[in-house]
Amino acid sequence: MTGTCFNIQRYSVHDGPGIRTTVFLKGCPLSCTWCHNPEGMSRELELIVVQDRCVGCGACVEVCPNPPVVDPGGRSVTDRRSCLRCGSCVDVCVAGARRLVGQPMTVEELLAEIERDRAFYEESGGGVTFSGGEPFEQHEFLLACLRVCRERGLHTAVDTSGYAPRDVILEAATLTDLFLYDLKLLDEARHRELVGVPLAPVLENLHALDEAGAEIWIRFPLIPGVTDSMDNVNALGRKVASLRTRRVHLLPFHRTAADKYARIERAWEHAGLEDVAEDRVKEAAEALGAMGLDVRIGG
Amino acid sequence: MTERVRLLRERSAGAEPSINAERARLITGFYRENDGAHATPVMRALAFRHLCENKTIFIDPDDLIVGERGPEPKATPTYPELTCHSIEDLRILDSREKTSYAVADDVIETYEREIIPFWKGRSLRDRMFGLLPEHWKDAYDAGIFTEFMEQRAPGHTVADGKLYETGMLDFKADIATALQRLGPEQGDAPERLGKEQPDAPEQADATEQAQSDARNPLGLSPRELREHRCEQLRAMDIVADAVIVFAERHATLAAEMAANESDAGRRDGLKLVSETCARVPAHAPRSFHEALQTYWFCHLAVITELNGWDAFNPGHLDQHLQPFYERGLADGSLTRERAKELLECFFIKFNNHLAPPKVGVTAAESGTYTDFANINIGGLKRDGSDGTSDVSFLILEVVDELHTLQPSQNVQVSRKMPDEFLREACRVVRKGYGYPSVFNADMVVEELLRQGKTVEDAREGGTSGCVETGAFGKEAYILTGYFNLPKVLELALNDGVDPRTGKRLGPSTGDAAGFESFDELVGAFGTQLHHFLEIKLWGNDIIERLYAEEMPAPFLSLITSDCIAHGLDYNEGGARYNTSYIQGVGIGTITDSLAAVRNHVFQYGAVAMGELTDALSRNFEGAEHLRALLLNRSPKWGNDDDQADELMKVVFDAFFRAVDGRPNVRGGEYHIDMLPTTCHIYFGSVTGATADGRRAGAPLSEGISPVQGADRKGPTAVLRSAGKMDQVRTGGTLLNMKFSPEALSEERDLDNLAGLIRGYFRLGGHHMQFNVVSAATLRDAQAHPESHRDLLVRVAGYSDYFCDISRELQDEIISRTEQGDTV
Repeated sequence: MTGTCFNIQRYSVHDGPGIRTTVFLKGCPLSCTWCHNPEGMSRELELIVVQDRCVGCGACVEVCPNPPVVDPGGRSVTDRRSCLRCGSCVDVCVAGARRLVGQPMTVEELLAEIERDRAFYEESGGGVTFSGGEPFEQHEFLLACLRVCRERGLHTAVDTSGYAPRDVILEAATLTDLFLYDLKLLDEARHRELVGVPLAPVLENLHALDEAGAEIWIRFPLIPGVTDSMDNVNALGRKVASLRTRRVHLLPFHRTAADKYARIERAWEHAGLEDVAEDRVKEAAEALGAMGLDVRIGG
Repeated sequence: MTERVRLLRERSAGAEPSINAERARLITGFYRENDGAHATPVMRALAFRHLCENKTIFIDPDDLIVGERGPEPKATPTYPELTCHSIEDLRILDSREKTSYAVADDVIETYEREIIPFWKGRSLRDRMFGLLPEHWKDAYDAGIFTEFMEQRAPGHTVADGKLYETGMLDFKADIATALQRLGPEQGDAPERLGKEQPDAPEQADATEQAQSDARNPLGLSPRELREHRCEQLRAMDIVADAVIVFAERHATLAAEMAANESDAGRRDGLKLVSETCARVPAHAPRSFHEALQTYWFCHLAVITELNGWDAFNPGHLDQHLQPFYERGLADGSLTRERAKELLECFFIKFNNHLAPPKVGVTAAESGTYTDFANINIGGLKRDGSDGTSDVSFLILEVVDELHTLQPSQNVQVSRKMPDEFLREACRVVRKGYGYPSVFNADMVVEELLRQGKTVEDAREGGTSGCVETGAFGKEAYILTGYFNLPKVLELALNDGVDPRTGKRLGPSTGDAAGFESFDELVGAFGTQLHHFLEIKLWGNDIIERLYAEEMPAPFLSLITSDCIAHGLDYNEGGARYNTSYIQGVGIGTITDSLAAVRNHVFQYGAVAMGELTDALSRNFEGAEHLRALLLNRSPKWGNDDDQADELMKVVFDAFFRAVDGRPNVRGGEYHIDMLPTTCHIYFGSVTGATADGRRAGAPLSEGISPVQGADRKGPTAVLRSAGKMDQVRTGGTLLNMKFSPEALSEERDLDNLAGLIRGYFRLGGHHMQFNVVSAATLRDAQAHPESHRDLLVRVAGYSDYFCDISRELQDEIISRTEQGDTV
């Protein structure tokens, strides 16, 4: 069995306890406008171009089969609609500015990568986090990985949007140690509009997991003008307060994702958005804290 | 911080570094009058006594711990009998932009009139260069290796616990016993000594062993050997008395000052100082205060006798002080606050003592004021139990509160160290002083065991200087010089000719363009490596013998086991263990260079060898495309990539095999270290462009850290790569990590930092140290030094003021990869 990842991040310290390796599985059914891992949305291979590294040698232009990347003034630009994702340009790029992500990997290959940092997981109480994209989009691969990790005594976490078949999520609950569960907008209509999928299954799955006794940390992205209204914050607080779990992580929006959009040469509607104000974060944290929740700022 | 400490700290920080000629004048006067009148050891001892009896005594009215090497804080003496500054040297020291030492006109005058005329051609350094062969000098000039002992005496050593149990009078009794044993009726036949020890049941096993093996490193006849040992013991006896005199002079001065002091607090302090100095170090200390003062007198004695490397070092200070601390608290004579104040006074003493500046071309280069005393915290006790105590916490508090340039401190992390303590240490690391550094105490023990130490001696050992392992109080472990590994590869790529000068330095190993396999290149490298290490070892033999014969260190010998029992000096193999180290530099640069060559020349054929060497010789001029390929598309050390990491092992093994276990002239063995101090800058400046894409003259990689900026997979990947080096076969490796302050801002980041440390140590790592400062702050400090005078950064095994280090080193530190959030 194989899966596809767009990144394997070592020394990941904001996706669960301790020092972790976060595996970013490719593909997501959601279409959050603020997504900070845009290269994880599609299941397909993705060409990543770091323009800052480009030395303008033109080798990619020469080698591109169909149709060529163009090179206006020393910097290559790829026509994404017609790019075959063949990787020819990656091979000839001496600057290391081009990368192709999303090649299939077996469970064993992925576990070999994960095992590299075992000493650090064990010494820090860390482990592996499966994130995405939406990791349940590759649920067979995910469950297989979770099973092997459990056999090998590795702590695991699954970072999910909760938008996945109920039975799969509940099966994962028997194999993983922790869910990092995203809640974004608590209004059904707004959720459909900005996240692109209905809210109801997300909440139902959350209740089901909670009832099953899973360890859950709620993750709440604070996106200016999108999720950070006090109405939304309070609604989220009320929802979580009805659960067994108490822990909420506020994830303040940051603009660093702009780089990632540039790397896949895609426009981003939030490119002009400011980082969320510290006061706003504090206000939200206090409101949630007042509802008896265990609020943390950051992942 | 008490008012007393605040004042002392302020005075220490504000004292102007200067060169002081008093020691040079006293030594020169003594030699002029007495040269030839005594055997060398006794001559050295009497010269030392002359200093103790006549040097200016300084006591600050607020001092609780007393004693300065010079006539006042930061007045730095010179050692013309070893190495004599020229007038030009002195003028450069006075005027250079960074780490200058003020040189008054009368110092220049004294040097011109008395010092230089007497020592020219007579100082050890002058004679040393006369004895060294031409090919040694050629390799030295080319920057293939450096030499430690041309400027400063062997030292690098550390005190153990005996100082707190043995007064000078007790040492004298031991000497008397040893002399008695050497009596004429037995001494004529030293080979019989081992069988005849009927009257010493109180002697420890090790001492008996030492007495019996009758070492003879200089190859003397039995009669000469007995006479030589008697001379050495007499010398040690003289210096024990001399230090008592030195302490008594402090007792007298303190009493006088107390009598004239109007402030009651100061008067009480001075009286206490006077009583303390009247008691120690003649007798073993009884209190926390006496223990600190005892060490400090011994420290001063070691650094007054000679200018040995790394000054001197109290080693496991917390372990040594703990019994005094507990006793004091129990009987009410000490409080935690008072202990802290005393420790702070003690720390400030280190800060008052700067490294003695060098001579010759190096005087023009910016150096450091740091003299490398490096206090060990935590670790293991002799019985294998955890050495962490409340005194350890106290020392961390002192470090944080004072954050002075000196002394350095490190935490010896064993498996047994409580997480609570490591977390507190990480909390201080986060402050960004560059210290404490952290060491793997279990690995240090393993390294020492591999070198043949007993397990108890190994546990009492630790690390000193930058990262060097030693059996504290029982070992003369001497760093002999840095060795430029990438330069040797450069010679292998150029048939033994130095492309910088066109001079043939090594054997002809063939035109690299004709190499048909990667193994051929590795073979040529191995041949060149052996050639230059043989030259280095040859030179070392000459220099070590010179020190053994002409520059004994009777005081250091007195306090180092088993010099008394052997009747031999520290510098001639008298210590229980005698190690010489050669320190490899640039392992990251050479690994990446080999990986690039193997990858692009031999595996994929992207470039021909001749084309590559051609581009290197042109410093990549017109070959930017090739340089980009080498830089960006080659396996790199520090990324947990076996393609690169296995080549590190090839180089490491070759270096290890060529050095480890070779005999030195002191009856001990050679081992390797992997540390650069700041030598990676100098070595880089003499090394042409390298196949990893580095330009000519740029710094080499430092320690066992990856090439600056080459590690792109985060800190765990760096540590995994470093963990693939079999570090137990070294006597120390140095690994730098730089973190952005944001990456350590939260409480749980401290736990993750501790997890990184524990994880690396589990993989067999020896040492880590951290810079927690942003590149932006460092750049701002370069632009506006006036507003960053107190910015401390980690350089090598020590911290230094960022504004005091050279521009090249500043740039190098900025270019180190910053670990942090890589979301």
